[in-house]
Amino acid sequence: MKDEETKVTILKLLQEIAPDIDPEELGMDDNIREVFGIDSFDFLQLIISLDKEFGITTPEEDYGKITTLRSLITYVKTSK
Amino acid sequence: MIEFTMPSLGADMEDGTLVEWRVKSGDFVKRGDIIADVDTQKGLIEIEVFDQGTIDELIVKEGEKVPVGTIMAIIIPVGEKVSAKKKLMIKKEPIKKMVKEGSIKVDDRLKISPLAKKIAKEKGIDLSTIIGSGPEGSIIKKDIDLAIAKKVESHVEVTGGKKEIAAKGLRTAIASAMSKSNKEIPHFYLETRIDMTKALNWLRESNKERELKDRLLAVALLIKATAKAIKEVPSVNAFWENGLKLKNAINIGFAVSLRKGGVVTPAIREDDKKSLKQLMALLNDLIPRARALQLRSSELSESTITISNIGEGSTDKVFGVIYPPQVAILGFGNIVEEAWAEDGELSARPVVHVTLAADHRAIDGYLGSRFLMALKRNLQKPEAL
Repeated sequence: MKDEETKVTILKLLQEIAPDIDPEELGMDDNIREVFGIDSFDFLQLIISLDKEFGITTPEEDYGKITTLRSLITYVKTSK
Repeated sequence: MIEFTMPSLGADMEDGTLVEWRVKSGDFVKRGDIIADVDTQKGLIEIEVFDQGTIDELIVKEGEKVPVGTIMAIIIPVGEKVSAKKKLMIKKEPIKKMVKEGSIKVDDRLKISPLAKKIAKEKGIDLSTIIGSGPEGSIIKKDIDLAIAKKVESHVEVTGGKKEIAAKGLRTAIASAMSKSNKEIPHFYLETRIDMTKALNWLRESNKERELKDRLLAVALLIKATAKAIKEVPSVNAFWENGLKLKNAINIGFAVSLRKGGVVTPAIREDDKKSLKQLMALLNDLIPRARALQLRSSELSESTITISNIGEGSTDKVFGVIYPPQVAILGFGNIVEEAWAEDGELSARPVVHVTLAADHRAIDGYLGSRFLMALKRNLQKPEAL
C-alpha cells in the first residue's frame, strides 16, 4: 500500500471515530490528539481500528511513537 | 393509576418535545422499557418508564413541546381499574405541572420590580430562570425583555441541521445551570497532587494481559478510586435541596466534552459495585452516545456527583463548577511528569492534580480534605480497585 493510500485510510478511520473533525486541518507533522482534541478513549478506538484495518498489533508502549500522521504512516508500514 | 410525566433530566432542563411514542394504548410496559423519544437541549433522549403496567392513554401528541412535569401518559398498574370519572378528572386538570428541581423559590422575597413582575406574568416567563441585573440582583424590566427575546428565538425555525439546533440548546442549558450554580452555591476549592507511578505501572502490566478491546484507561482507575473514596466520605455524594440529602447510590456523572463546544454528563450508575473491566465497557458504550447526544433519560438524571477529566491530554488543573443540586465536582488534570520530593530525595514522577469544588452549605473543608486523601490512598493501591 502506498503512503498516500495509508494516509487516506487513517484519515477515514479518524473521521469514523470523531465525525465532527475536518481532516484537512491536519498537517503531516501535527500532533493528531492536540489538533482534533482526541482523548485517551478516542485514541484507544483509533488503535483498535488501525489494528483491524491494517492487520497489525500495536502494544501500549508504542503509543508514544504514533503522535503524527507521518509517524503513523511509518508505523503502519513497518509493522505490517 | 400512574401519571407518567415529562422527566427532568437535570436542573437545566425546562421542557422537551415528544418526537415519537414507542408504545401505544393497551401495551404492557415494565421498569426500564423505553417508551418515548424526546428531543431536549441535551439531544434526542430515550425516555424510560420506572413502573409496571398497561398504557391506558397517551396524552401528549407527537411533535408537542411540553414543560417538565407535564402528564404525558396514564399507566394502569397490574390489577387496578380506573373509573371513567377519575380519568375525566385528570383531563380537566391543567396539563402544566412544573417540577422546579432545585430552582429558586419564586415567592414574595424574590427581588423583582412590579413592572417586571407584571410583564413576566403576561408573557408566561419563568422567573426562576432569570438572573437579575438590577440593584442587589433584583429582576428588572430589561431582564424580562431579554428572556422574552430568548423565548421567541427558541421558537423561530432554525434553518441549520438538527445537530446545530441541539448544540444551540445545549449551550443555553449549560448557561442556565452554571449561572444558577455560581449564583446559589458557595463553592470552595481544595487541591492535591497524586503520584500516579504505582497506578500507571499496574495499568501497564495489567493491559499486557488484556486483549486490545479490553485495555483499561487511566480514567477507569480515577473513577473507581473516586467511588471508593465516596464510600469513606459519603457526604460528598449528595444533593442540596432545602438541606443536605445524602444519596445511597453512587452514580458518578462523567463530563464528556463535545468537540464543537458543550458538555454532557451521563451517569455511570453504581460505580462502586462495578469492576474496572465493567467500567471500561460502560465508558465504551456511553462516551460515543454522549458525543452523538443520544442518551437515555436515566443516564442524564441520576448523577449524584460529577467528575471532569477534561484536563486529560491538555491542562494541568481543572476547577469545576458544581452541577446543582449536587454538592461536589472533582476535576482531574493531565497526568504529567513532575518533580516529586519524598524521603529527602527528588525524582521525576507522573503526577495528576486533583481539585474538589464543594458546596460549603453541605460540607466543610475537613470532609473535603478527607475525601481527597482517601482518593489519594486508593490510587496508591490500584490492585485493590
